[in-house]
Amino acid sequence: MTAVFELQGVSARLGARIGGHLAIRDCSLALHRGEITAILGPNGSGKSTLLRLLAGSLRPTSGEVRFEGHRLDALSPRAVARRVAYLPQSPIAPPDLTVAELAWRGRYPHRRWLAGIAEADRRAVGAAMTLAEVDDLAGRALGTLSGGERQRAWVALALAQEPDVLLLDEPTTFLDIGHQADLLRLLARLNRDRGLTVVMVLHDLSQAAHAADRIIGLRDGVVAFDGPPVEVLTAEGVSALFGTRVRVMQDPESGRPVVLPALDGHRGLDTPVE
Amino acid sequence: MATSRPSPRLIRAAPALSGAALLLALAMLLAVSVGAFALTPSEVFRGLAERGDPVTARIVHDLRLPRVLVGALVGANLAIAGALLQGVTRNPLGDPHILGFSAGAGLFAVIAIDVLPAAPTAIVTPAAFVGSLVSAAVVYALAWRGGITPVRFALAGVAVAALFTALSTAVLATSDRFTQSVLSFLAGGLYGSGWDEVGHIWPYTLVAGVAAILMADTLNVLALGDDVARSLGMRVERVRLALAVIAALLTGSAVAVAGLLAFVGLMVPHVARLAVGGDYRAVVPLSALLGALLLVLADTVARTVIAPVEIPVGIVTAVLGAPALLLLIRTRT
Repeated sequence: MTAVFELQGVSARLGARIGGHLAIRDCSLALHRGEITAILGPNGSGKSTLLRLLAGSLRPTSGEVRFEGHRLDALSPRAVARRVAYLPQSPIAPPDLTVAELAWRGRYPHRRWLAGIAEADRRAVGAAMTLAEVDDLAGRALGTLSGGERQRAWVALALAQEPDVLLLDEPTTFLDIGHQADLLRLLARLNRDRGLTVVMVLHDLSQAAHAADRIIGLRDGVVAFDGPPVEVLTAEGVSALFGTRVRVMQDPESGRPVVLPALDGHRGLDTPVE
Repeated sequence: MATSRPSPRLIRAAPALSGAALLLALAMLLAVSVGAFALTPSEVFRGLAERGDPVTARIVHDLRLPRVLVGALVGANLAIAGALLQGVTRNPLGDPHILGFSAGAGLFAVIAIDVLPAAPTAIVTPAAFVGSLVSAAVVYALAWRGGITPVRFALAGVAVAALFTALSTAVLATSDRFTQSVLSFLAGGLYGSGWDEVGHIWPYTLVAGVAAILMADTLNVLALGDDVARSLGMRVERVRLALAVIAALLTGSAVAVAGLLAFVGLMVPHVARLAVGGDYRAVVPLSALLGALLLVLADTVARTVIAPVEIPVGIVTAVLGAPALLLLIRTRT
């Protein structure tokens, strides 16, 4: 497998404030083409920072981030944007912007200045909106949408970029279980059919185990574990990462781990209610 | 299908744009007609063509027309600058006056006029542009702390505006200039505007106005936040700098001819947005037309309300602007 992204000895701090603590510390890893990677870790462990480094939204304070072998900060942002799409955790949504207009913004890196609308733009936006299931919402203003609908509108923008790499920061957080499953299925399908590389920050460990080929666990800006879900999502590993006791079971169908917090004093189902 | 057309907003904005253009033309005709010497439209047109009564032709051609043109250009400049700054800062308080762009321009213009009396008048507009850039840089530096937040930007702007305006006032207070022109400068006025002033401002309006319209789609992307804009391939800092320079060109030239005129840049883009939505490709040109319309009408009031004395147009725009701003606060939040 070839590396899409490589981090070599990367450290980074948030907000580029001098003297602030490092959100990522001396991190070296490679992300491969066609992989679905989930980044896990406690709050403040540097998950979003790692994603922003890959997206080029944040420059490392030391070390280097490489995209396909080239230093990311030496590449043209526009050229990178034609290959890599990034969806931050809670992007700013101008309330009177319509879903179709938002999706069209995804063509920005592909369009040449003052050039007209190319057929390719039209096709890409149409396909992206269909994949994200927002065709029916095309004319609706973002301010009138539910959290789930808005999230799908942002996915349409990212897909309209026609990326080969998709970076997503907690894409399922505001979705109900049905829309969570829809989104994860969509990512799996794009990964299988088009070789889309996916790197996403997830909160739900079992969901990550189910959706990802590879799990990276971060703690205090350092990689605590890195590997396939069945290997790294052990009771010991996860308990140590989050500093809380968990139980790990196996999904009988997929064989992938299912993680549950072990609640002390928890009443068993056979304990009668008083 | 809605996706087949990327800019239905622009087509929807066409009636608003043509309506505003028509109103502007009518307002300019009205403004040239009224005054100490009332003229009929046909007299105005004959005066414009320099036919008919020579006195009427002089009034139309040498006095009223240039003043109306300066008003329209100043209004357009400030309104476009306001729209750009609201977009750049993602702050509804983005306005050349509040963010200190005007105060810097004013200080440099005052210095160019009063401290260097030997300098040619043509130097005033470039000096105001430089002053506008200087204050923008100071505001940006004060607001910068590993990033810019809209609130800190506005607060730094208010502080810098207060300081630079105080310095301008100090320079003017110690000069021996005619009181009415000093008042006209501080409150914002078109007192004594003629063809010279038209010549000082129109190249700036043309160049920066065209640049603003060309940058409108970029502003649309910037509205999605720095992170998303960057991930769409935009060099955000470079774009912000370019937009600040355009806003400084517009503000500097407006201040050089009309002084410290408040509220136009703040108010007009909000009205434009209410009419056509958030797409800057429609908001920027509509702001230009509405800004011009507002100032032409306001200056007509300023000239005639207590004639033969005229009040600075900035007082009229403030009287209109303060309630409009309060209304905005009540309806938008």
